[in-house]
Amino acid sequence: MQLDDVSRALADHGYLADEGLTTAIFLALELRRPLLLEGEAGVGKTEVAKVLARWTGAELIRLQCYEGIDVAQAVYEWDYSRQLLHLRAAEATGEVTGGAEALEDELYSERFLVRRPLLQALTQGDGPPPVLLIDEVDRADDEFEAFLLEILAEYAVTVPELGTFRAEVPPVVIITSNRTRDVHDALKRRCLYHWVEHPDFDREVAIVRLRAPAVSETLARQVSAATEAFRGLGLYKPPGVAETIDWAMALHALGRSELDAGAVDVTLGTVLKYREDQERARRDGLAPLVAAARERAGS
Amino acid sequence: MTAPASAPEHVLVGFVRSLRRAGLAVPVGSTVVFAEAVAAVGGTDIRQVYWAGRTTLVTRPEDVAVYDRVFGAVWRGLTPVVESIATETFTLLMDAEDEADAPPTEEDDDDGLEGPTLVVRFSPHEVLRHKDFAAYSHAELDEAHRLMADLHLAGALRRSRRRRPSRHSRGHPDVRRTVRHALRTGGEALERRYTEPDERPRRVVLLCDVSGSMEPYARALLRFAHAAVVGRARVEAFALGTRLTRITRELSSRDPDTAMGQAGLAVADWSGGTRLGEGLRRFNDQWGVRGMARGAVVVILSDGWDRGDPDELAEQMARLHRVAHRVVWVNPLKASPGYEPLARGMAAALPYVDEFVEGHSLASLEVLGQVISR
Repeated sequence: MQLDDVSRALADHGYLADEGLTTAIFLALELRRPLLLEGEAGVGKTEVAKVLARWTGAELIRLQCYEGIDVAQAVYEWDYSRQLLHLRAAEATGEVTGGAEALEDELYSERFLVRRPLLQALTQGDGPPPVLLIDEVDRADDEFEAFLLEILAEYAVTVPELGTFRAEVPPVVIITSNRTRDVHDALKRRCLYHWVEHPDFDREVAIVRLRAPAVSETLARQVSAATEAFRGLGLYKPPGVAETIDWAMALHALGRSELDAGAVDVTLGTVLKYREDQERARRDGLAPLVAAARERAGS
Repeated sequence: MTAPASAPEHVLVGFVRSLRRAGLAVPVGSTVVFAEAVAAVGGTDIRQVYWAGRTTLVTRPEDVAVYDRVFGAVWRGLTPVVESIATETFTLLMDAEDEADAPPTEEDDDDGLEGPTLVVRFSPHEVLRHKDFAAYSHAELDEAHRLMADLHLAGALRRSRRRRPSRHSRGHPDVRRTVRHALRTGGEALERRYTEPDERPRRVVLLCDVSGSMEPYARALLRFAHAAVVGRARVEAFALGTRLTRITRELSSRDPDTAMGQAGLAVADWSGGTRLGEGLRRFNDQWGVRGMARGAVVVILSDGWDRGDPDELAEQMARLHRVAHRVVWVNPLKASPGYEPLARGMAAALPYVDEFVEGHSLASLEVLGQVISR
């Protein structure tokens, strides 16, 4: 596999990555290391995992992190209600022969094991290695990160009652973070790292064209130019690529093939999601903004 | 030791050393991965080598600029590859400065207020506890720093989504433990177990004003921040001047002198002016509103003297107040008799402050510790 193959394959499956991100993805696949992606919300971090799964035809296993996530939700849990039922049944039929110990072995067998995303990703049998997306790892707490560390180092999980599950082929691991806090150094050390930037103007136009093919080229260019201008305003939440695409589609749905002040006014909520940001954009008037965007798009 | 420039692994290792020398923390393992990465991308195209290095050696966006600089220097042959690690010397900025300047701004040492009958035996700690930081000598500051380490700063507790086994028979049933227990009674779930929500301390975010007017206090408060960062994991510290500098990492060294030295180096706008509004805005944009300040106890250590726009400060304080659990403003000047929050910045910020406390002495920092954990 070459670098060019990666960039072509990503593009074929709907993702236009710049040189840095392409290299990072290539290295993650080639060196079989987890890839940690950080960047502003809406620059397309999560999308990387989805497009990798589409490309390799592997299953996408997603673990959304949140505060307080623990082993029972991330790795495995026992199916307690079935265990209880089994206990009752065993008791009713008097089937148990080996006493309490045998009963315990029966209860804690794979039959009653509920596989959560991390275990699932390690025990996927056939086919290409699955893509494991660990989304917004910065939302989870330190305890969970420490646990993750163990799994990512060995690609193995130990269930005390059953033994160790080890991945024959390690999954492709994509970890994303919005950087609300620093991910622990030990975790970073095991990962490749890439900071995902907002795309430049031409790439953004290409992305809009690719993701919203119905939108006219002119509109795509003008919308990208306007978003680029918004990012320079010092807003609370500068719009990401996701917003650009939404905005282009919204304008298209309203039957626009070019940007005008009236349309921007009514659709501003698809791209700027803070009242203060909208006020800031409107303060200098939307007409000059539209004019500037048209000019930038035309050049 | 001079390595022939043609040996590729020498060049790679030398490059990593240059990075370390420029201040990047590159673990040894990463050098190996870097070499593998360069081999994987081919190592003939300089741009690919650049990206291979950035993916494997850089782990924070702040470090990209340093990486770019070193990469340019090493790879374009501007400087020779560093062959030995220079022993790093830290300039202890704050400590070096403090004796000469820092005129005591307030003569009224509070220790007069403490009834002399209370102190049976003379204890330097007791005097130190109430002494104004501005009147501290270097040695006293060191002593105070030791005492600060005992403060045990902990954020107020909040309910966590994690659950813990409960001792009471109410709350959520704990099926896991119930089943486990049932095994002991031959499969009959005689005894039911329960869980209750766990409690965790909130994150504490310290924003320390390092402008000229705060100078006599900033070095003491920074030590307070250091004691807090070292003592607990969920504390974040920032220096606020004309710019915003995150100093959590710099302060995380256990050795106070190293930590102070590192922080002093990181803060470029030491004893400059303050534009509190702008600094807070940067904090809100880059860290606070995105998650760090959400549900946290945010402590601003500042005298409120501000050269910036008060409207901006009010706007940013409002934003911060909307996401934070509580906003505590620590103003060392508040201790002086007859103090009124007249400084423009202070007046603008006050409506969004939940607790307004003094922070001029050890005793007042103890109070602050209690306020934070409330």
